[in-house]
Amino acid sequence: MNTKHVLLIFPHPDDETLGKAGAVALYTRQGVPVTLICATLGEMGRNMGRPLFANRETLPQIRERELREACRILGIGDLRLLHLRDKTLEFEDEDALADRIEAVIREVQPSVIMTYYPGHGVHPDHDALAAAVVRAVRRLPRDERPVIHASPVTRNAEAVLGPPDIVLDVRSVLDVKLAAMRAHRSQTEGMFKRLEEEAAKDPKVKEEFERNLSVERYWIYRVDE
Amino acid sequence: MQPIEIAAVQRALDEFAQQDVYLHLETTNGAYAALRNEAPMAVCAYIRNGRIRYERGRITGSGPYRVGLKLADGWVYAEGLTDWELDAQGRLLLAGHDGEGRLAVALQLSRHPFPVGGLGEAKR
Repeated sequence: MNTKHVLLIFPHPDDETLGKAGAVALYTRQGVPVTLICATLGEMGRNMGRPLFANRETLPQIRERELREACRILGIGDLRLLHLRDKTLEFEDEDALADRIEAVIREVQPSVIMTYYPGHGVHPDHDALAAAVVRAVRRLPRDERPVIHASPVTRNAEAVLGPPDIVLDVRSVLDVKLAAMRAHRSQTEGMFKRLEEEAAKDPKVKEEFERNLSVERYWIYRVDE
Repeated sequence: MQPIEIAAVQRALDEFAQQDVYLHLETTNGAYAALRNEAPMAVCAYIRNGRIRYERGRITGSGPYRVGLKLADGWVYAEGLTDWELDAQGRLLLAGHDGEGRLAVALQLSRHPFPVGGLGEAKR
């Protein structure tokens, strides 16, 4: 099917980038419009920069700026913030949450939705939002339902779900992906510093890191089953 | 935030005593602690905008520090605090960060509610 619009639905700034920026960049390079729903500002994140430059109260504003920069880098032209609170999605009303998502789906009419794999998100917000996506998509007539490209976080995903339906080589946009990761500075600076320290001792560490980033895997989640 | 100066934090704690204040109290080892084998399970607890009044608040220890707030009917306690800030809105922010700059514990006091989002609410 021809991809005409992609809708990303994630709870935290950086979810759209980590493990997924390659696919996003490939879409936008082909001229496919991308909309991102970001449900929270990751207010409860633990990473505060290294050295520290954020605190619990400045973190949301900082992460919003970082998210807007990552969107610019990735070519995401339409960002929708839901202003829910980090770690609380599973306690909100399921239908009300699905309503917010359904409204955007009906408006932008995506052919593809990217979100976490329901039940394999590890973070409770990932699972709650993915469940809301499924609930919203199920409300659409069968022939109008977008395809869900789902990302599991669990370690045993492949054993449980089988092999991925989509394996993407994203080497051609690796620089874009890395730039988007660095844009989420408060969250990734520590990781990049650790990587540089390890790479100074063993250059293979960096090769391995880039090889891992060069492939993205997605599972198609079938809502009808 | 700055590394805790015990005398300055004590002065701030004294200024918030004997009045109704809003409390943010939190501890976390991160949502991915179990996935990364850093801990047997992810553990987190937080209270945002608990309304308290303490008669006596003290910071102790030689770093990381501990804070205890004595309430009329109980206690508020935090351990592992390393950094502090009195921010532009006059809020006292205390936090404990690990060696990689990750927040593990926070205790914050404000005279006005801390911002909160949620379904059906206006933007913060």
